[in-house]
Amino acid sequence: MSDAGGDWEETSPERLYVITGGRSGSSAPTALDLVTLIVARSGPKPGMQPEHAAIIRLCHAPLSVAEISAYLSLPVSVVTVLLSDLLAEDKVLARAPVRAARLPDRALIEAVIDGLQKL
Amino acid sequence: MDFKSSEQAVGPRSEDVLPETATAAVKVVIVGGFGVGKTTLVGSVSEIRPLTTEETMTQAGVGVDDTQGVERKTSTTVAMDFGRISINEELVLYLFGTPGQERFWFLWRGLFEGALGAVVLVDTRRLEVSFDVIGRLEERGVPFVVAVNSFPDAPGHSVDELRAALDLPDAVPIVLCDARMRSSSRDVLMTLMRYLQTLAMTQEAS
Repeated sequence: MSDAGGDWEETSPERLYVITGGRSGSSAPTALDLVTLIVARSGPKPGMQPEHAAIIRLCHAPLSVAEISAYLSLPVSVVTVLLSDLLAEDKVLARAPVRAARLPDRALIEAVIDGLQKL
Repeated sequence: MDFKSSEQAVGPRSEDVLPETATAAVKVVIVGGFGVGKTTLVGSVSEIRPLTTEETMTQAGVGVDDTQGVERKTSTTVAMDFGRISINEELVLYLFGTPGQERFWFLWRGLFEGALGAVVLVDTRRLEVSFDVIGRLEERGVPFVVAVNSFPDAPGHSVDELRAALDLPDAVPIVLCDARMRSSSRDVLMTLMRYLQTLAMTQEAS
C-alpha cells in the first residue's frame, strides 16, 4: 500500500486536533465499532470539510470504520468523531456489527464456517 | 486546504469494494507477541492486502508492532494490521492482528467487544510472551484457540508439551500452523469457529 499522506507531519496531534475541532473519540455519542459498516447516503457536497467529503467518497460502497481509518491514514478515534458528524447530519448510514442478540450465535458461527470452507 | 488524501484516489481497489448487500460484519482478533506472524496470518487468508489502522498514544516510550513501519520518528502512534474475508453476500469477517500487551488493546476501544473470539498466535522460541495474553483473555471471557506458528529454527514440541507448558485447559484447542500458508491460516480460523460452535451448543444444552 502506498503510504498516502503518511508522513508524520500529516498526522501530527495538532493536525488531528484541528480536523476534529478539538473533540476526542470518547465524546462521540454514537457507538461505532471498528467493524461498523458505513455507507454514504449521497455524494459529497461543496463546502464540506475535506475529511467529511473524503469519507463520503470512500463510502459509496459499504466500508468498515477500520478501513476508512486505514485509507485516510487517520486514527480510528478521529474517524469516529468525523463519522459522528456525518451520522448526525444524516449523510451516512451505519450498519452495526452483528450482535448475539440479532442473530443466534450458532447460526452466525455456522455461516462463518460455510464461508471459510469456500476459501 | 492542505489535505492531500482528498485529492488522491484513496480507497479500495475496484476488486476490493464490498457489495451493496454487505450488511453485517464480525471480527476475530489475532493476538501475539512481536514478530510472531500475526500480519502474515492475516495476509495469507485476507481477500484484501492487509491494511493498517493507527491510533495515537498519549504516553511515550512504546514500541511499534512488527518489523515494518517501525521507522516512525515518534513513539505516540501504534499501528494495527487487519484483513477481511467476505463470508457471503451479507456477512463480512474482519481479522485484526494486535500485540499481546494489554495496554495496546485499550487504544482501539471495543477491539474485543463483540468479537467472535481470538486466536493466540504463539512462537515456541518465546513461549513466555503467551502466558500473559492467555491470562488476559481468560479474565475477559474472550473465547480463544492457540495456534503455534512453525518457524524453521524453532524447537520442536508436541501439542501436549505445549499445552502443559502454557497451562492450557483441555477444552481449549491448540493447533500447529504455518501462517504463510492460506490453507493453514484458514484451518486456524476454522478451529476457532468449531470451538465456538461447541461452546454455543454446550450453552444451549445447559
